[in-house]
Amino acid sequence: MAARSIPSHASVAKGLKGCLLASLFCSVAFSQSLAHGAHGAHDGPISRADPSILFTTGDISKGGMVESFADLPALGDNFSQFELANGMQVVVIPDHRAPIATHMVWYKVGSADEKPGETGIAHFLEHLMFKGTKAHPDGEFSRVIASVGGQENAFTSYDYTAYYQRVAKQHLPTMMAMEADRMANLVLREDQILPEREVVREERTSRTDSVPGSLLGEAISASLYRNHPYGKPIIGWAHEIDGLTLQKAIDFYDTYYTPNNAILIVAGDVAVEEIKRLAEETYGKVARRAEPGERLRPSEPPQRTARTLTLRHERVTQPQMSRSYVVPSYHSAQEKEAYALDLLGYLLGSGTNSRLYQALVVKNQIATSAGAGYSSDGLDDTRFYFYGVPAAGKSLDDVEAAIDAQINLLIRDGVSAQDLSRAKRSILTQSYYSQDSQVSLANIVGRTLSTGGTLDDIRLWPQKLNEVTAADIQAVAAKYLRANRSVTGYLRAPKQETPETMDKGKMDKKATEKGQVVPKAKPKAKPSAPSKKES
Amino acid sequence: MSFDIHRSSLPDHSCARAVCVAKTKSAQDRQHFLAALWSFGSVLLFLILLLISAGKVRATEIQEVVSPGGIKAWLVEEHSVPIVTMDFSFSGGVVNEKADKLGTATLLTALFDEGAGDLKADAFQTRLEENAIHMSFDTGYERFYGSLRTLTPNLMEATDLLALALQKPRFDEDAIERMRASLMSSLQRRQKSPGTVMSNNWRKTLYGDHPYSRPSDGEIETMQAITRDDLIEFHRAVLSRDDLIIGVVGAIDAKTLAPLLDKIFAPLPQKGEEIAVAPYRLDQKGRKDVAFNNPQTQIRFALEGIQRDDPDFYAAYVINYALGGGMTSRLFTEIREKRGLVYGVSSYLSARDHSQLFIGAMQTRTENTDQAIELVRTELVKLAKDGLSEEELASAKQFLIGSYPLRFDTSSKISRQLVGIQEEDLGIDYFDKRNSYIEAISMDDIQRVSKRLFKIDNLFIMTVGKEMQTAKSTMPKQ
Repeated sequence: MAARSIPSHASVAKGLKGCLLASLFCSVAFSQSLAHGAHGAHDGPISRADPSILFTTGDISKGGMVESFADLPALGDNFSQFELANGMQVVVIPDHRAPIATHMVWYKVGSADEKPGETGIAHFLEHLMFKGTKAHPDGEFSRVIASVGGQENAFTSYDYTAYYQRVAKQHLPTMMAMEADRMANLVLREDQILPEREVVREERTSRTDSVPGSLLGEAISASLYRNHPYGKPIIGWAHEIDGLTLQKAIDFYDTYYTPNNAILIVAGDVAVEEIKRLAEETYGKVARRAEPGERLRPSEPPQRTARTLTLRHERVTQPQMSRSYVVPSYHSAQEKEAYALDLLGYLLGSGTNSRLYQALVVKNQIATSAGAGYSSDGLDDTRFYFYGVPAAGKSLDDVEAAIDAQINLLIRDGVSAQDLSRAKRSILTQSYYSQDSQVSLANIVGRTLSTGGTLDDIRLWPQKLNEVTAADIQAVAAKYLRANRSVTGYLRAPKQETPETMDKGKMDKKATEKGQVVPKAKPKAKPSAPSKKES
Repeated sequence: MSFDIHRSSLPDHSCARAVCVAKTKSAQDRQHFLAALWSFGSVLLFLILLLISAGKVRATEIQEVVSPGGIKAWLVEEHSVPIVTMDFSFSGGVVNEKADKLGTATLLTALFDEGAGDLKADAFQTRLEENAIHMSFDTGYERFYGSLRTLTPNLMEATDLLALALQKPRFDEDAIERMRASLMSSLQRRQKSPGTVMSNNWRKTLYGDHPYSRPSDGEIETMQAITRDDLIEFHRAVLSRDDLIIGVVGAIDAKTLAPLLDKIFAPLPQKGEEIAVAPYRLDQKGRKDVAFNNPQTQIRFALEGIQRDDPDFYAAYVINYALGGGMTSRLFTEIREKRGLVYGVSSYLSARDHSQLFIGAMQTRTENTDQAIELVRTELVKLAKDGLSEEELASAKQFLIGSYPLRFDTSSKISRQLVGIQEEDLGIDYFDKRNSYIEAISMDDIQRVSKRLFKIDNLFIMTVGKEMQTAKSTMPKQ
């Protein structure tokens, strides 16, 4: 299903950069220099409102808005979808406002489809896909794209791997021909493998090994999912990256890179008939290379234990905490539950008007930032998360207790009709903006279709969100926000070496120098002061 | 990219410019999970008629709108989506801060939605939230930026709120303390991140006593010292009508816009504080290693660069693209593709009001540090000696010209460019002319400017990382 994480105008602002959630659900891209410039995998979170729904139930909407918003077509109304004879799905998103096109191919395979012992192979293959084919050897692909002024990149996540180019529309046929070529004709040489593997190791070092919050995030995932592969990092464990080979990459490629496992999305100044013709001339010529079959992953045993993890690291200068609960994704959820979880995330933790921000940051000054959210995308169960950064003089335990109090309050008393109405209206009004970007729309479609959803899910999203009742929200909170489904992570500075704690401090320091995760120590009344030790 | 109020998408002064010559600290931030999760991709696909095949970009016309009260703005009308985006910048920024109150500008950016007029913080934010109105502010060293984004049905509400925010910020004590705590916590959190350690050392070493040595978002101690009066004083000094620059894009015509400009900006004082900033020239050379316990070494290098209005700017721009500008650049090919030493390596031209630098950056594991630096040096020497090949020049031009239209695909990008073009005084026909400036660069220009820029003896390099135990790389040389 589409990403429905709710954008908030203020949540980042109110103090969230560098939070320990950094690595929880990121996708990993081919190149940082271009990835941020074009767009990340998560930049187009929600779909658009259906105005009739939006403004018939709202009791606080302004007069005059209805007519104007109602003139807009609903999201997805002008999307076209068809399938090529070889099983490749195609979606066309017309957008005639500029003579450019966004061309994407999404493979329904990600890191959660990797074999045991080969973590990182999905992402490594993504990198290797830029090496070349017989027709376009040695990086010619990128040179051709650059020569027409195109932007390109690729990204890997748990459930999908996607490649894209953005070009002036007249270059679209070239992009389609080249992308179709590398779907079946990738040629790899041994001398390309080692350097690229080193690139990935550097990428991992930058993103994860140099970032204490990411290290903790990785450990939280591993603890949250004990059996399901969402517990393994997308980029791979370092020691397993080192073991990836040309053969393993090619095996993965031959298993999953086939038209019947791929989705073509073209958004921009294009006509459906033209795309149909071009798709048949390019991708249509690629034979089915494999039958990946149903996407069945090892499933989780019952979540019975509340888990806590602590990372003490010499570079932590500000303690932080987060908690993740396993919850259904849009795809794995029963009926309305995912929609209710989306609204729950918004009400509890999105933006300055959210319950957590108001209670922890504004009223009681326990935290300098606090929030919550629902990670909605995923073929399988995903997560609902909370985070908080203590204010001066407050401890992680204070923050955690305050978050618990808000959760309990919501489970006990539910949400008011007025708050629910406000939340729905904000989310749906907000969602108008996503219509304005062909990249956002293409990402919504790609994520939805590659995680088991359909275009109808996108079209019906506003309506279904609107049907959620206060009781539904209370019910999912009570059902899923239970300690035994959760992992709580604490990021702390090393303990100070005072005489009485000298021995213990030394031990901790040894462990933390290597960035190890140690079991949570007994909660102290006050957090340790940041270490003054220079590293 | 994101909707966050306090750190807008204008993280670096130079990046607001028509030709974005700098891309620095935001890269990692934007890749950050939360930024990604919450960012809404403020990407508004925009209608501008671009004749790409002809190698020229023809933008729909930019109108200059002057309000009855004398406020000037550049406007690009686009009526196919019901959205209006307004970007603006004031003269002043970090350089206007008192030396013992660094962070004043940043704290101010955080306070515009924390109450204005009769609306206290929660009331103000509720009105923004319910109407899906986005307001963001950011500060550079010499410009102070703001941005407004609204759906057209809420245009009046949005401009009312912006006018209030700019003219009558409340600066309530509780809001100040809340934002101060949040910003200090953020400073605290980043204190020992490799990027922060690098940029703190970099600024101090390069700029010494020059105001550019200041951090863009304050220091923990000075942030603590800022008072309500400091904020009021800074607000008065910077938010003034002289040298106010405005760009507007969206479903709005000049007649509708003009009175809104007056409503928002006319009541601001006519004149602000002028700060004289001395011109800066790079006077460091050689290599400085900063010890830092991290598996990766951060590496930055710099040379004296080139000003935006220098006749050689476009040649330098083309050369930089070929050297370190993309996934086909020389540095990318030599250091990443062939040898796998880095994940990212890039270079850019930084042209601020009073400085001009060529800057490059990369990270590599400790033992590869010397090899990566040597490769950079080799490329710079080669460039100074031989310039680019004909093919490289041709393909650099092709890319820079061909990709220009991709900068016009969102309303926010366009309105920021409208501001940048005015700041640089590039002319209202710049969209039309820009590609011809690139097209005109000759091999002679490339040769001359390469020699001018890449004086290897002047190269300054900084590393932040562990000491190399051995000069040997783990990777075979190729």
